[in-house]
Amino acid sequence: MTPYERVAIARSKKRLKITDYIDKLFTEFVELKGDRLYREDPSILGGIAFFHGHPVTVIGHRKGRTTEENIRFNFGMTQPEGYRKAARLMRQAEKFNRPIITFVDTPGAYPGIEAESNGQSNAIAENLALMSTLKVPVITVITGEGGSGGALALAASDRVYMLENSVYSILSPEGFATILWKDGEKAHEAAKIMKMTAEELFELGLIDGVIREDKDLYRSLDVMLRKELSALSKLKPSALLSERLKKYTKAGRT
Amino acid sequence: MDLESIFARRKKGWDRLLTIRKEKPSKVNIRPLRRIRMIADDGSFKELDRDLKSGNPIDFPGYPEKLSKCMESTGHNEAIVTGVCKIKGIRTAIGVMDPEFLMGSMGTVVGQKIIRLADYAGRKKLPLIIFSASGGARMQEGLFSLMQMAGTSGAIQRFKDGGGLFISVLTNPTTGGVSASFASLGDIIIGEPGALIGFAGPRVIEQTIGQKLPEGFQRAEFLMEHGMVDMILDRKDQREVIGRILRLHKA
Repeated sequence: MTPYERVAIARSKKRLKITDYIDKLFTEFVELKGDRLYREDPSILGGIAFFHGHPVTVIGHRKGRTTEENIRFNFGMTQPEGYRKAARLMRQAEKFNRPIITFVDTPGAYPGIEAESNGQSNAIAENLALMSTLKVPVITVITGEGGSGGALALAASDRVYMLENSVYSILSPEGFATILWKDGEKAHEAAKIMKMTAEELFELGLIDGVIREDKDLYRSLDVMLRKELSALSKLKPSALLSERLKKYTKAGRT
Repeated sequence: MDLESIFARRKKGWDRLLTIRKEKPSKVNIRPLRRIRMIADDGSFKELDRDLKSGNPIDFPGYPEKLSKCMESTGHNEAIVTGVCKIKGIRTAIGVMDPEFLMGSMGTVVGQKIIRLADYAGRKKLPLIIFSASGGARMQEGLFSLMQMAGTSGAIQRFKDGGGLFISVLTNPTTGGVSASFASLGDIIIGEPGALIGFAGPRVIEQTIGQKLPEGFQRAEFLMEHGMVDMILDRKDQREVIGRILRLHKA
């Protein structure tokens, strides 16, 4: 399979959504809305639930199955209010000592007039800063598209896993081709050199593991989450923080 | 060539840059060494991590050649110059990005130099000031560049949590992954008149929403109106006002 074919799968409307993962992996989910500053952004879904009897906070991008849903969720493209809602829920998780599990599936942060006016950069930057200080474990699963800063704003975590057909990149292969060759049609060639597939990123040491998308998908996710949560919750908060910071401050250091 | 002789050679040029017409300052790039000369006390600047050079982490075709060319044309190894200087007598850690080095893009070495500068400032209990000028994350280093957003933000946060003062100066242009990471995390954020500052580039936004953008959109003044920066400062006023801010934070 070529990298660009993976991109197509990652973007497919039929792909499992955050609500599927919540249904299968957690129980008694309660959705929590709003950033307490301006408004509710439905492109991010957040709330609390039980994971094997333990409370956790779950946050992730939301895409729709139908065009109508997609319009409502802005195709998973988040506005500053969405990142600020996520930040609010992360702080709340820290207060109640709940681990955080995030699901990433976004083409990127929304590029719009209002988003810029309301501080899109500020919202993403504040999330990155906040995530570097959270004293509870944070685990991220990239399930579809991991689009740039809009993805990273939920993914500066202790552990980052990718589904085998998900992608994660600094910009879309179309954008990449436009900048590089002034030709967005060459996206498939761009995807080849960008190193954006789960396997390539795992080989580069940028993610912690790849989850196979077979009939055991949910079970694999469940096993991974249990294993990682139990390992991370054994760490003292200070060790957790210094390990997390090291993970990102050492990325690419030669 | 040592810095002082470079400064001397360039002094004529930077004098001109101090008095730029208010309407179009954003069009004139200012190079790191000139910038430092404008803000720092004479002869006080010592460069740090000068020799750090980028590898080719995703084996991007043609990237090493591109880097060599940039090094030759700019005279430094990466898109940021970092070091320590005095501003109105106060020792300060300083970083200045170069928009002419691969559009000031942030790859692993730019990220590392910022992280190391923040750590240095934290250890030495110095205030930290960074002049940003960047198109965002560096394409040629793929996801490694994206990780620098998390790394620099984390390092800056740790510095701030330790009581350090971080002044972020946003110059033309500050966009994408730089705008959406450390550059937006200043305790005090200063914009230069007319500078383009934003997450998404204006063309991307126009394509997405299918309409023309309003006059002045994403300029520093626009950001101040929306509460995203503390003040707009002309270059000629920066040394004075930044010096005052530094004194106001001196214990």
